[in-house]
Amino acid sequence: MAASTETINAVEKATKDYKYGFVTEIETEFAPKGLSEDIVKFISKKNDEPSWLLEWRLEAYRKWLKMKKDEPKWANIHFPEIDFQDAYYYAAPKSDEDKPKSLDEIDPEILSTYNKLGIPIKEQEMLAGIAGSGNVAVDAVFDSVSVATTFKSKLSELGIIFCPISEAVKNHPDLVKKYLGSVVPQTDNFYSALNSAVYSDGSFVYIPEGVKCPMDLSTYFRINAAETGQFERTLIVADKGSYVSYLEGCTAPMRDENQLHAAVVELVALDDAEIKYSTVQNWYPGDENGKGGIYNFVTKRGACRGDNSKISWTQVETGSAITWKYPSVLLQGDNSIGEFYSVAISNKKQQADTGTKMVHIGKNTKSTIISKGISAGYGQQTYRGLVRMQAGADNATNFSQCDSLLIGKNCGGHTVPYIDSRNPTAEVAHEATTSKISDEQLFYVQQRGLNPEEAVALIVNGFAKEVLKKLPMEFAVEAQKLLGVSLEGSVG
Amino acid sequence: MGTALEIKDLFVEVDKKEILKGLSLNIEHGELAAIMGPNGAGKSTLASVLAGKEGYNVTKGSIKFLGKDLLKMSTEDRAAAGVFLAFQYPVEIPGVATSTFVRTALNAQKRNRGEAELDAMEFLKLAREKAKELKMSEEFFQRAVNVGFSGGEKKRAEVFQMSMLDPTLAILDETDSGLDIDALKIVAEGVNRLRDDKLSGIVITHYQRLLDYLQPDTIHILAEGRIIKTGDKSLALLLEEKGYQGIVEAN
Repeated sequence: MAASTETINAVEKATKDYKYGFVTEIETEFAPKGLSEDIVKFISKKNDEPSWLLEWRLEAYRKWLKMKKDEPKWANIHFPEIDFQDAYYYAAPKSDEDKPKSLDEIDPEILSTYNKLGIPIKEQEMLAGIAGSGNVAVDAVFDSVSVATTFKSKLSELGIIFCPISEAVKNHPDLVKKYLGSVVPQTDNFYSALNSAVYSDGSFVYIPEGVKCPMDLSTYFRINAAETGQFERTLIVADKGSYVSYLEGCTAPMRDENQLHAAVVELVALDDAEIKYSTVQNWYPGDENGKGGIYNFVTKRGACRGDNSKISWTQVETGSAITWKYPSVLLQGDNSIGEFYSVAISNKKQQADTGTKMVHIGKNTKSTIISKGISAGYGQQTYRGLVRMQAGADNATNFSQCDSLLIGKNCGGHTVPYIDSRNPTAEVAHEATTSKISDEQLFYVQQRGLNPEEAVALIVNGFAKEVLKKLPMEFAVEAQKLLGVSLEGSVG
Repeated sequence: MGTALEIKDLFVEVDKKEILKGLSLNIEHGELAAIMGPNGAGKSTLASVLAGKEGYNVTKGSIKFLGKDLLKMSTEDRAAAGVFLAFQYPVEIPGVATSTFVRTALNAQKRNRGEAELDAMEFLKLAREKAKELKMSEEFFQRAVNVGFSGGEKKRAEVFQMSMLDPTLAILDETDSGLDIDALKIVAEGVNRLRDDKLSGIVITHYQRLLDYLQPDTIHILAEGRIIKTGDKSLALLLEEKGYQGIVEAN
C-alpha cells in the first residue's frame, strides 16, 4: 500500500542523473585487451581452475569463433557491430589478488561502493544473529570477481552451498561438473558461447534435498572498470523437495562507451523443488542521445527436471542501452510449472527485446507468462515469447498476457508471440493489450494533488502491479522506486 | 462570510473556439452555488478551467481564489490549495487501489502545504470513518480506482475522495448524471454532510432534481459562455417552467 507513496518519495529525491553512475577509484588488474586462447587460459589460471574446466572453456571459445559470423540478427534491436578485440575480458580489483579470507580483508573502497548501492555487506553479517529471518545473503560480484559472500556459515549449517562459482569449482567439483552447461549448452547461442569461454566468476547455489532456504539469496553485480565486459555465470541447483528464492541486482557507472554484459544463468529444479529467481536490472541506460550504456545480452534458462518442480522468473528491467534476454523454462518433469513475470521500461533511446520461452515436455505441465512493457521517450520495446507444446506434453496449459503501455508519441511497443503446439490436448491462451497514459488519467491524478511525474509513477506502478507483487518485499520497494526514476522526464 | 472565489470577465478558448465569453461569478465562503444551463453553454469548460486542465486557453479575465491568482497555479498546487473537482466521468486507474490512490493524493497535498503526512494507520482510521459516514463498504478500498465501478459507485467514490481531501472549493460536474434516484439521494446526503462555513461549492447540473436534495444558496444560469441570470431557488423553478430558451430570450 505504501508502494506508490514510496515511489513518489523516490522520484522526488532522485536527481535527473543515473544515481549509480559513480566510479570507484581502486586499483584494477586487467587481462590484456582482446580475446584469444591465451586470454581464456589467463582467466582460467587466475581462477586456479582444474584442467577439465580449461578444456571446456577452450572448446567453447573455438565454437564461438566459428559462430562469429552468425551473430544473432533477428532481435528488434539496432547497434553498431561490437569489436570483440577492443575490450577487456577480465578486470579484478587489485587488492583482491590474494583473495580475502573474511569481510575484514575486503578493500574498504569496494565495501563503500556496495554501501552506496544500498547493500551493507558488513552490517548484514554483523546483524545476522539479531535480525534473523529478514536478512538476505549476498554474493557481490565486482567487475569480474566475487568479493564477498555473507552468511556463508549460517547457510552451511543447513548444507546450503552459496559461494562464488570459482570457489565451487574447487570445493564441489562434482556438482559443478554435473550441472555446468547442462541447461544452457556452450553453443546455445553466440553470447552463451562467448560467456562459456571467458566467464570470470559468478554465483553458485546448491540447496540439498528437503531444505527450504531460510533467507533470500542475492547477488549484486557491478561493472566498475572502463572498457570491460562482464561475463558472469550463475548456477543454481535445487535438489529434491527444496526451495530457494534468489535475487539479482545490477548497476554500472556512467560511461560514454558501450559496455557488454553477457551473462549465463542456469537453474536446475529436481523433483518437487522450487526456484524463484528475481532480477532488478538497472545497468546504466545511456544518455538522452543514446550515448553509452550497457549492452545486456543475457541467457537465462531453468530446467524443471523433476516431477512437480517449479521455476519462476520475475524481472524488472529498467536499465541498459539494449536488453536482449529471454529467461526460459524447460518443463521436463510431469506436473512441473514455469512462470515468467516481467516489467521492462524503455525510456530515452533504450531498446529492449525481451520475453521468455516455455518449452512443455512433460505431462500436465503448466506455464504462465505476464509481461508488462512500458515505452517512453524514444524507447523501443519488443516482447518476444515462444510457447512450445511437445508431442508428449499431454494436457499441458499455458496462459500468456502481454500488455504494453506507451507514454508519448515517439516510442514503440511490439508483441511477437510464437506458439508451436504439437499435442492436441495442450491448451495455449494468449492475450495482449496496448494502452496509453491518457491526458484524462493524468489530469484526474493531478487534480487530486500529484505532480506530473508522481502521476506517471502512480499510473505505471498500477500497470505493473501484477508483476511487482511477485517480487520479494525489499525488492518490490526498490523496483517501484526505479520505475518512477526511470520514467523521469517522460512527461512534461 | 467573504468572497472565496472571484471570477471576472473570463474568456476561454478550446481548440481556438471561444467557449466562455465574459463570465463573471462570485462565490462566498460557505456558499453553495448551482450552475445550470443548456448543453454546450460552457459549464464543464468552467469546471476544467478552475481545476487547471491543459488545453484551455484563457484569453482574458481573472480568477482569484482565497486571494490568490488561480490561473498562475499548477493543477496540483490548486488541489493542495483546496480545489476539488468531482468528475462527470471519473477516470479508471487500473492496478491502483482506491485507498492507495487517496492516501498518495492526500499526502502529496499535505507535503505541498508543508504539513505532516499521515502514516498507514492514521490514514486507515480516517478512511474508515469517512466510508462509514457515506455508508460505503470498506471493500472498495482495495478495488482499483473506478475500475469496474457502476455509475453510482463512481460518483460515491468521488464524494468519498472529496471528504477525505477536505477541500475548500468543491466543484461537482454533473454529479447527478447517470444516477438513479436512490444513488442521487446518497450522493446528495454525502455532499450535504460536508457542507460547512469553510466549504464553497459549485454544483453543475442540468436538472432541478439534484437541487431538491442539495438546496443551493444561489442559482446561476450559464448560457452562451456567460452567466445570464442569478437568483435563488425560485430561479430553478422558473427554469422548469420556461426552459432555457425562455430565460435566454428574456435576457
